[in-house]
Amino acid sequence: MAENYNSADIAAFKNVWVFCEQRQGEMMPTTFELISEGRKLADELGVELCGILLGDDVDGLAKEVGGYGADKVYVCNSPLLKYYTTDGYTKVICDVIEDIKPEIMLFGASNIGRDLAPRCAARLHTGLCADCTHLDVDLDGYVNFLRTGSSLDVDNMSFESKQFDVNSNLKMTRPAFGGHLMATIVCPRFRPAMATVRPGVMKKRPFDEAKAEALQIIHPEFSLTEADIQTEVVEVVKAAAKLVDLIGADYIVSVGRGISKDVEGGIKLAEELAAELGGVVGSSRACVDSGWISADHQVGQTGKTVHPKVYIALGISGAIQHKAGMQDSECIIAVNKNENAPIFEVADYGIVGDLFKVVPLLIDSIRAAKAAK
Amino acid sequence: MKIIVTVKQVPDTSGKVAVNPDGTLNRASMETIINPDDLNATEAALKLKDEYGCKVIAFTMGPPPAEGMLRELMAMGVDEGVLITAREFGGSDTYATSQIIAAAIDTYGVDEDDIVICGRQAIDGDTAQVGPQIAEKLHLPQVSYAGEMKKEGNTLTIKRMLEDGYMTIKVNTPCLITCIKELNEPRYISVSGAFEAYSKPLVIMDYAALKDHPLIDETTIGLKGSPTNIFKSFTPPQKGVGMMLEGAGKETTDKLADILSAKHII
Amino acid sequence: MDFKLTNELKMLQKMYRSFAENEVKPIAAEVDEEERFPKETIPKLARYGFMGIPYPKEYGGQGGTALAYAMAIEEISKVCATTGTIVAAHTSLCCNPIFDWGTEEQKRKYLPDLLSGRKLGGFGLTEPNAGSDASRQQTTAVLEGDHYVMNGSKCFITNATEADVFIVMAMTDPSKGNKGISAFIVERNFPGFSVGKHEKKMGIRGSATCDLIFEDCIIPKENLLGKEGQGFKVAMQTLDGGRVGVAAQALGIAEGALDEVVKYTGERQQFGKRLAQFQNTQFQIADMKARCDAAQLLVYRAAAAKDDHDPNLGFYSSIAKLYASETASDVTRRVVQLFGGYGYTREYPVERMMRDAKITEIYEGTSEVQRMVIAARMGVR
Repeated sequence: MAENYNSADIAAFKNVWVFCEQRQGEMMPTTFELISEGRKLADELGVELCGILLGDDVDGLAKEVGGYGADKVYVCNSPLLKYYTTDGYTKVICDVIEDIKPEIMLFGASNIGRDLAPRCAARLHTGLCADCTHLDVDLDGYVNFLRTGSSLDVDNMSFESKQFDVNSNLKMTRPAFGGHLMATIVCPRFRPAMATVRPGVMKKRPFDEAKAEALQIIHPEFSLTEADIQTEVVEVVKAAAKLVDLIGADYIVSVGRGISKDVEGGIKLAEELAAELGGVVGSSRACVDSGWISADHQVGQTGKTVHPKVYIALGISGAIQHKAGMQDSECIIAVNKNENAPIFEVADYGIVGDLFKVVPLLIDSIRAAKAAK
Repeated sequence: MKIIVTVKQVPDTSGKVAVNPDGTLNRASMETIINPDDLNATEAALKLKDEYGCKVIAFTMGPPPAEGMLRELMAMGVDEGVLITAREFGGSDTYATSQIIAAAIDTYGVDEDDIVICGRQAIDGDTAQVGPQIAEKLHLPQVSYAGEMKKEGNTLTIKRMLEDGYMTIKVNTPCLITCIKELNEPRYISVSGAFEAYSKPLVIMDYAALKDHPLIDETTIGLKGSPTNIFKSFTPPQKGVGMMLEGAGKETTDKLADILSAKHII
Repeated sequence: MDFKLTNELKMLQKMYRSFAENEVKPIAAEVDEEERFPKETIPKLARYGFMGIPYPKEYGGQGGTALAYAMAIEEISKVCATTGTIVAAHTSLCCNPIFDWGTEEQKRKYLPDLLSGRKLGGFGLTEPNAGSDASRQQTTAVLEGDHYVMNGSKCFITNATEADVFIVMAMTDPSKGNKGISAFIVERNFPGFSVGKHEKKMGIRGSATCDLIFEDCIIPKENLLGKEGQGFKVAMQTLDGGRVGVAAQALGIAEGALDEVVKYTGERQQFGKRLAQFQNTQFQIADMKARCDAAQLLVYRAAAAKDDHDPNLGFYSSIAKLYASETASDVTRRVVQLFGGYGYTREYPVERMMRDAKITEIYEGTSEVQRMVIAARMGVR
């Protein structure tokens, strides 16, 4: 840390920055989500939004960042930054931050972001809040968010604080205790206030061509030598699609006796829906016993017990043996022709209808919702 | 050569979690367990002990009941335990916690051929920050998300997992590794291990033991020394009775997709 | 009198449960359905010390207590009585007599392999004409120079096809009745040893229960366990000790069934209510819980008596075995009834538990024999 750098000198820090993560010359989509969110925060504070981009000869990636709302992008090029290393990236980012002093620093909570951000925060003696799902500067905006997104009685509680200015400090909300608890964190005494944000959480703004053209690209001074980097990157390997199994799957689409009128078609629909969600296909015992699908797909008392984020039951009645295998799923969605099917007792969302008609519509709806993000 | 493992006793947030009527979390409803990623870290250390016969020391910062966890790790094969505990350390965020643990590890001493192994993240805080921050304070190179690890002399070759693949990274000791559950399958304690655990050495490092370390002072520990503070905490709206959607056409599926999207489920 | 578990036992109980849940339970139904010996579980059990819990480290054991051993059998049997039988027979019926009666050479030769789980043990006493009336041994062993020649057969022998070492009782001097029986350490590779027909059983179907056949089987002189004529005493004392193991197994079966019924009745709905909301269910479960807890305290008392070298060990073990085995049969029968139709199918484990429970009232001394022992010990004649 530079001799005269003082992370507690709040007044000296200005502007919102976003770490623009690129890998092998490709910008990670989360960068644009963060820039979009950063734009909102910068506007609320009345300051500039800047990206900081590291790599080897990556100027070409900067313009797109402007299109999503950045005013400037600081680009640091070096062959030593071609591949991510903790030491290389931490040194450059911290040196530049110490020089230019942003008040807020956002990183995507990717495997790399979660390696880099804490190291930077420790070196800069400042606070970092991980995996944020919601960011607010404006207090009213925050209170509105709590009104619908929490169990708090917002209209009957105080948001004042004697220790810090609630209106200008970044309020970072994130899940803890495995998601059972939400906490809003502040970093009132140090700058920059740092946050990592999960990919896919923030909404991307529409692309603004004019803003992209207006982008200022700056090359700040920095020094980086081989001696600064204590690890060696031997190779970077992209893996083929991993075989997901039921037990570890986050999304499961299961079929039941309801597919009997067109077994092949029903399974195909389930596979399509599962693929759309990045999940796997499961099954009730009925389908396995009838020989329509192999036993390793079976969920239930004599099959596997699963705890996915989302369990979609298609044409499954929901007998107790099946429920035993999936009732602890975080979100259960059921589609069944029979409105009295027991599965609806454990479902969070139920649709009474013919799965052959509903599922294709659902696939389209989900596709559209994802694209809108 | 010795291996230092950092571990944390946490509430089991993956099991049944009850919410109080006032919306606060019922901490008593959760069993306390050893943080799962830390078991992988311990297993990695014990595998090295199996191969090289080196000593394994487990460090934890927590209240006195954390001793029970250290004894369990000793029953797995860990040789020594260090319990960092003091009123003054309470309320620490990740920055302050890392300072304290780094001071404790530094006090114990890190040699050229030592390795510090941490779990990637704890299931209560879920931040994954303490490992890298300890590395920074100890001036050790770090490799996180270790999915595979090999040792040859003083060089570790690690498969550092990414979302869509991995990086193969070489690093020399002394260094700090954070590991994920894919690294290994933690062993159970053995019967003989259980009967030996309570006679293995356990050191308590309290405020008096650490206060003279350069990393420790009022401004770096406890609530006062934490750059981040909790402003508000709350439980997400409770899962109520399920919702039956009207109809079965496009408007219905669109509505469902919107709900799922708003809740970040898709 | 301290009813609390020590820290070590609490830690072990946690491990036993975790191990049983993750390593034993997943294959329990298949082991029963296919009557298959769970070979793959043995190295796992061995790795964590299950095969030599209550023996000193100097012989390769875990340095644990009889109570730690009883709890292990209890927890394993909650999910799979077959696996419980395998470990209990190995530990109590083979390792124990060698430890109690063996010469130093015999202990050093056999215990390290057995206690580490590298080799499995068995015990051969029962014959077609010698069940409860164990003294009617017809298998003979005749000394011929430096070896004995054994002829005869044993039946209902646990671990028969998998064990490498058996403690076998045979008549060396028919004129002396009981006192003419001797015990031998028999290795599977001794010439003249073979394993006979495999019994098809009602329960513990994965346990390999077969005949042992001795046809001019050559047994080195050094393998006589104890002195000639001590065999009946060796056998009876071994069974006394083994009683705690079977009691723990029965206890586990009962507790496992109770766990299943609490879960099921909490979910299954009939007549618009969960079964758990009916008073009959609540009362039945309360009764079963009281009996299981009583059985548990009796088992733990017997195990603690062994650790304390209490002369009442045999007495306490008989009471524990009698009570726990009858509790297991009673509880599992009631649990199947509470499950109703589904409990009768193999979709749920409770019908297996009911079938498994029965043997605990029969082997290692039937309930009738236990009653004889208890009354005799009380001086009631």
